This record gives sequence, structure tokens and C-alpha cells, in this order.
Amino acid sequence: MRLVVPLRGIVGGRGGLILGTFVPCALFCYLHIRRLRFLATRRVSERAEPIAKAEESPYYVGLGRVSQDPFDEVANPNGIIQLGLSENRLCLDLIEEWLSENLNGAMIGHGSDKGHLGIGGITGYQPHDGVTELKEAMAGFMSQVMGGEISFDPSRIVLTAGATPAIEILCFCLADPGDAFLVPTPYYPGFDRDMTWRTGVELIPVHCHSANNFILSIAALQQAFNQARKRGQRVQGILISNPSNPVGNLLPQKTLHDILDFARKKNIHIISDEIFAGSIHGNEEFFSLAKILDAENFDKSRAHILYGLSKDLSLAGFRVGVIYSYNDDVLAAAKKLTRFSSVSAPTQRLLISLLSDTSFIGRYLETNRKRIRKMYDIFVSGLKEIGVKYVDSSGGLYCWVDMSGLMHSHNVKEELELWDKLLNVAKVNATPGSACHSIEPGWFRCCFTTLSEGNIRIAIERIRKVAEMRKSSR
Amino acid sequence: MRLMLSGKATCNSHGQDSSYFLGWEEYEKNPYDQTRNPQGIIQMGLAENQLSFDLLESWLSENQDIAGFKRNGKSIFRELALFQDYHGLPEFKKALVQFMEEIRGNKVSFDPNKIVLTAGATSANETLIFCLAEKGDAILIPTPYYPGFDRDLKWRTGAEIVPIHCTSSNGFKITARALERAYQEAQNRNLKVKGVLVTNPSNPLGTTMTQAELDLLMDFIIEKQIHLVSDEIYSGTVFSSPNYTSIMEVLSKYEKAEVWDRVHVVYSLSKDLGLPGFRVGAIYSNNDSIVAAATKMSSFGLVSSQTQYFLSALLSDKKFTKNYISENKKRLKKRHASLVSGLQNAGISCLESNAGLFSWVDMRHLLKSNTFKAEMELWEKIVYDVKLNISPGLSCHCSEPGWFRVCFANMTEETLEIAIQRIKAFVESVSRGHDKAIGGKKCLNINLRKKFSKWVFRLSFHDREAGER
Repeated sequence: MRLVVPLRGIVGGRGGLILGTFVPCALFCYLHIRRLRFLATRRVSERAEPIAKAEESPYYVGLGRVSQDPFDEVANPNGIIQLGLSENRLCLDLIEEWLSENLNGAMIGHGSDKGHLGIGGITGYQPHDGVTELKEAMAGFMSQVMGGEISFDPSRIVLTAGATPAIEILCFCLADPGDAFLVPTPYYPGFDRDMTWRTGVELIPVHCHSANNFILSIAALQQAFNQARKRGQRVQGILISNPSNPVGNLLPQKTLHDILDFARKKNIHIISDEIFAGSIHGNEEFFSLAKILDAENFDKSRAHILYGLSKDLSLAGFRVGVIYSYNDDVLAAAKKLTRFSSVSAPTQRLLISLLSDTSFIGRYLETNRKRIRKMYDIFVSGLKEIGVKYVDSSGGLYCWVDMSGLMHSHNVKEELELWDKLLNVAKVNATPGSACHSIEPGWFRCCFTTLSEGNIRIAIERIRKVAEMRKSSR
Repeated sequence: MRLMLSGKATCNSHGQDSSYFLGWEEYEKNPYDQTRNPQGIIQMGLAENQLSFDLLESWLSENQDIAGFKRNGKSIFRELALFQDYHGLPEFKKALVQFMEEIRGNKVSFDPNKIVLTAGATSANETLIFCLAEKGDAILIPTPYYPGFDRDLKWRTGAEIVPIHCTSSNGFKITARALERAYQEAQNRNLKVKGVLVTNPSNPLGTTMTQAELDLLMDFIIEKQIHLVSDEIYSGTVFSSPNYTSIMEVLSKYEKAEVWDRVHVVYSLSKDLGLPGFRVGAIYSNNDSIVAAATKMSSFGLVSSQTQYFLSALLSDKKFTKNYISENKKRLKKRHASLVSGLQNAGISCLESNAGLFSWVDMRHLLKSNTFKAEMELWEKIVYDVKLNISPGLSCHCSEPGWFRVCFANMTEETLEIAIQRIKAFVESVSRGHDKAIGGKKCLNINLRKKFSKWVFRLSFHDREAGER
């Protein structure tokens, strides 16, 4: 009521006091009613209102800018080069070739009715969580992806329309509104949206540092858990991504053992997002949570694995995600929830054929790894040339790059200024670490599997120019 | 110490009604097959349109390129494989709205920018409720209604459904009094009413709403300042007069009014095109906030780009859609007439209907007493003795016992004939005073009765995999 004083001064005396109280109150009421009316006329629910708003995270803003002004070597050479989308465009030709040899123009081609054009069998209602044949083919595929050492049980698979609903469904099954998951940082920006929007669940970041290669420490987990408990918040689980996004490192076996042990002691769940398991290009050994559980005598009922075909098979548009759970109650609940997010029947039919062709899949996975490695090598040698550091990683479609050398000071504000410069001046979209909740400013995720070799070089050149500009402006 | 799951995962009350799904279970144990199991249970509880596959198949055989991811001879596989934009494939949205316009006799026009694609109408309805209501808010729905709403609209959203009771006295039409009563009931329960949800054409009634009902609804939502959701999933199945009037037609008179952005339509290709497995649904709204929020939420249930592309080609073929719409209606009309006349010969009447894939059948005269207990007893006999899976009115929240939904579009003409014969035989035996308990005394089995009481009068944790509506 700061207005009261000057008004009092103007009018003076008792009249001023009354006016000085009345006017601000009236103003406040008027503005409040206007806001209510505004909300009322907009008529969207309170929980949907923030969702309806435009995205503010640089992760989404960058993607949006690229779609308005996308780089094209011929048509738009001054457009923005996309390094912010972890998509793999390197092996689609292999699938295209497979399609032309195996489908004979039909949208289905499976077993005994290979090449048959019939639409029967895929039009009607299917089990919401996917047809058995696809679950079987998926179990086999996942096994191939993980090197053939683990076998997956098709009856523990729940298929969803992409990994996005998979993780949301798992959250709905494991946590009530107000509960929390511990998530090591930096993490995929989409988790903030996918896991919390409609579930009411919260994410508690557990910070990882460059000093130990961004590998999660149990001490940090413990601290985060204790702090949550002090606040009276119930932690229901830990979410890890392995290979990690955005860093691209693989969790060591010991770390996984320690995490499982921690989960057991605290009696919480563990979700392992392994969507990049088939995109491992380095020589490090990959330990899927399934592999650890297979080998050791851990209590499996708290473990769940997320997977999907968007990254390893580049089929993001086909919407195929997987929840693999060792907990029967979770499976039962998740299956029911897939009614809201089922895989489209023609897509299921196509994938049964594709994934069952194990010799093609074997060749595909090997070629895919080689091509990703090639691009990775080109990209990091480019970074080396321009004196920019990065984390040496083994998995994923991206590189975790340290651009703090291009910053004048070491804080988030500077990082975002650099991001802006890269996006709008250099015309390169990379995801700033702050969008991934990184505790150390200056890190950027750069995806390199959507570009040709030549375009990677152009991107590096543009980053170099920014580096030079920054050096000269110091 | 027990590992904790969420309340939603462990609750038993996510709207799964017993009787509706128990019939399914029995059917699946003993499904009718013309050659292999002619004594099995005939499925008449599945509202699926299987009458016009041949039209889809012949289109497919003439357009193989489309299924092979080709456009004008050129492969667009790459483009489709990577396409995950929640705004949807523009060519599909355009084709879909044009199809929706065609179904409505081109009396309304739809803007492709106002449509949100979802993985089926199930997802569309849930998403819309997330956008319109908070946890604990109420949606008013006329009874009888599709049993799946109890699950789809309430489970994750936390919303409540308050029924608008409609009765046979006026053909189950919505009245001003019923609307007002429902609103009052919500208030008495301290529930904030956010909107009314209607299915037009109606499931399970198979009728289209009259102009009077539509105007009544508009007046009601204007007065109460609430939303209206019109689930028009059966709009393409209107096979006889009166002509279909979509809420969008009525809304066109209110373009400058405040209510303009409080009316929303849900659609799907599951019924009209008989493609429930494809998982294609849509929300249509003039409200940009709702379109914005729903678009983003559709990330949790996008339509496969492969499917979008295929359907954009199918629906853009005007020659196909024109022929399909009219031929499909003819077949539905004929099949409906077979069922209705067959039932009439057995002394059973149906609510006069002009749409949908089912009839709302009046078996009140076959009840031992005018109670839901008697309805359940009759239903047991029909499932176990007559060997027909039909849906009891109780499962649809009908306020009067004795009504059943019987589907006719998910079987061959021959199978329907057999079903009618079975009903006729049953009715004759009832009128002769015998109770033909074929297959032993299953329905008198005490354990089974107990199971029924538990199931009918207390929601239980059971799901059906196959679909619904």
C-alpha cells in the first residue's frame, strides 16, 4: 500500500487516509477480477495453462528457431545448423533398402502373408500394450542391441506410442502427486515435461561433475535423498539414463551395483532409460541394468527399463516405446494405461517383419555403430582443431562440449549469452547445459548425427568464428 | 518393507465395470466360430465396424505405393521415419478435416489448424479433460453412456462424472430438468462443474440428437458458463433419417459469442472407417489455449507418421470417400434392419435409432422384476445359456433396468441370423415357462453368483484387452 502515503500527501487529513486506502484496494480488486475474467474466458484448466504457454527453455526455443530457418546446403546456406536434435539420420538408407526388398509395396509383410496386401488383422482393436508377436520380436531386438548376452522376456514388455508416454506411464505407476524422483544431472530437458506435467511428480537433480566425468556418486544421491526427507518429500525412485544423455558416457558396472544397493536400502525404484543402447560407438563395455540383474542376486521388483526405436532405428515418427518391468504389479497397471498411448497397428505389423529379420538387424546395428563413430571422430577432431574441449564418450548421438573457454565469466548468464550468439549470429543450435540442469556453466550438447561430413565442418567453422570473436573482445 | 507403487497403480476403482467386461471374458473362453465352434458365444458387445473392409482393401490394392512409403513414385520413408512433430502431418490434417466436413454434408467447415491429433478417441477424451478440468471437478454426462468413460475421463485426470439421467419416457432424450438436476447434484456434492460431455450419435442408444436437444445444451452451457464436449465418433454411421446435426453446425450461429471457444468436438476413425487398430483420434476446438495445451499433451499419444501418411492419401481420394461413406451407410442400414426385424419377430423391440453400430434393445418384459438384480440374472442367462455377449444397461449407467446394447456390425450376416434365432428360441422358452439352462446349472452356481455380486456391486480390478465402445 505504498500508494497510501503519496495520496495522503495530496489530499491530506482523514479524507486522504480514506481515499489512500480505498483507491489502492479498488485498483487491486479491479486487477484481480480482470485476471479472473481473463482466466475464465481463456477457460483452460489451471493445470493446462502452463502447458499451453510457449516453451521458454533454450532447448525448445533453439529447436523452434531452426525449424523457422533450417540450414540447407543448397536452398538455405545461411540457415541455422541443427546440433540440438538427437536424431540419427545416418542409417535410414539401410532400412529403406530393406523395405524395398521385403515389403513388395504392401504395408504389411509378415511370415505366411508376406507380401499380402490384406488389411484384415490390423484394422481391428489390438491389445493396448502391443500384439504378442511384436513383443517377441522386440525382446529379440533388445537382446541383439545389448550384444546378445541377455535375453528379454516378452511378457515383461509393454509397448507404448513412443518413449515419451512410456516414461509418463511409469511415473503414474510408481509415484503419487508430490512424490519425487532423483535424477542425475545433466539430464535430458524433456524429462521436466514428460515426467511432471500431468503426474504431479517432482524431479530432484543430483549434481554430477566434470571432475569425475559426470558419473553419479552415491554420496550425492544420499545427500539429495536426505534433503528430500527433511522437506517431508517422499522419494519414489532414481532415474538414470545409460548411455547417458546429454553426456554420452556409459555407467560403470560398479556404479550400477552401488545404485541398486542404494535403491534397495531406501526401498525405492530404479528406472534405467536405455534408449541409446544401440548407439554405442566407443569401445567401452555397456552394462544394461538387465545385464546386472541377470548376473547378480538383486531384488528385481524395483527395476524398470525404458527403451524405444526413435534413436537406434531412427523411427521416431513411428512412435514405438518400451517399458520393461520386473514388477508384475507395475506391468499390470502399465498395460492398462497403454490404452491412451498404443502403437498403431500397421506400424506394429511392419516392425514385426523388420525386427524379426535378425540377420538384417545384426548388420544394421554394426553399420550404425561404425557410422556414428565416424561422425563422432570428425566432430571431435574439428573441436580439437579449434581448441574446444569435450568429454570423451562412448555412446549417444551427441558430444558434451566444454565451451567455457568462449565465455568471459563462468556463470549461467554468460552461458546463455553464448548460446544466443551461437544461435543467432553463428547460426548453430546447440543445447546449453543449463537447459539440462548442469551445475557447471559452459557445457553444451552438440548432436552430430543429423549432418553430413561437410556440414559438420561448416558447423565447426562457425563455432571457431565465435571463439575468435570472443577472444578478440576480451 | 513393501516396495511402494502409486495410488493409481494399486487402486481398484479406475472405472472398470464388471458386467461389461465379464461377458468379454466368457466370450474369449468360448468364442463362436462358424465351423470350429458353432456352439460358442457370439460377440455382440463389440462396437466395431467390419462391414466395409473390402472397400479399404480394394483401395489399398490400387494404391500400393502409398503403403510402400512412396509419394508420386518417390520414397518418402526418411521424411516419415523422422517426423514426430506434434502438430501432425499437414496433408493428413487437411484430409481429415475434409472428411469430417463431408460426413456432415459439407454444412460445416473445419480449420486444420484447430485440430489436434491423438492416438485414438480414448486419448482425445482424456487429454480434453486434462485441459478443461482440475482434479475433483465434475463433468456431466447423459445416461446411458459408454462404460469406458468412467475409466478414460476419470482415472488419471481425477475428474468426476455426474450423470444426467435420461429415461425411456421420452426416448432417452436430454431434458432441461435432467440437466438442472445433474448440475444440482454436483453442487450438493461440492463438485465444480466444468462441462457437459455428450456422444452424438449416442453410444449406446444409436440415436442422433434433435435440434431441440442441441439448442437446449447450448442454452445450458451459456447459462452455466461451462464447456461442451461433443464426442462425434459415430458421425459417419448415420444411416437413416433424421439427418445428422453436428454441434459445430449449431455453433456456427454463435461465432462472435463468448461460448464460441467453449465447445469442442472429439472424433476418431475407429468407427466410421472401421480402423480402431490404427489409433487415430482428434480434438477440434476454436479455443487456442486448449488447442495449444492439447497439442503439447498429444506428445503422450501421437499418431504414427506411417499411419498419418497412409490415411492422408486414403482420405484425400474424394472418389473413395464419397463411395465409402454412402456404401457403408447402406450396409449399416441393412444390417440394422435385419437385427431389428429379427428381434421384433421374437417379440423384442428396440429404441428407434438411425446411427451407430448397435441397437438399444428393450428386454424389460423379460425381467422377473423391475430391478437391476433381475437385469443381471437375465444377462447371465443370455451370456451362458443363449450364448450371446451383449452389454447390460447397468454397465452403461442406465437408470432403468431391462435395456441392453446389442452390436450388429462386427459379424457376418449369417452369424447375426444365428444370434437372432438363439434369441427367438430363448424368448419362446421363457414364454413357455421353462428355463432352458443349457450347459448345466452354471448360472445357478452359487460361487458364480457370489462372484457376480462382488463384481456388479463393487468395482473390481479387471481389464479387457480388446476394445470397447
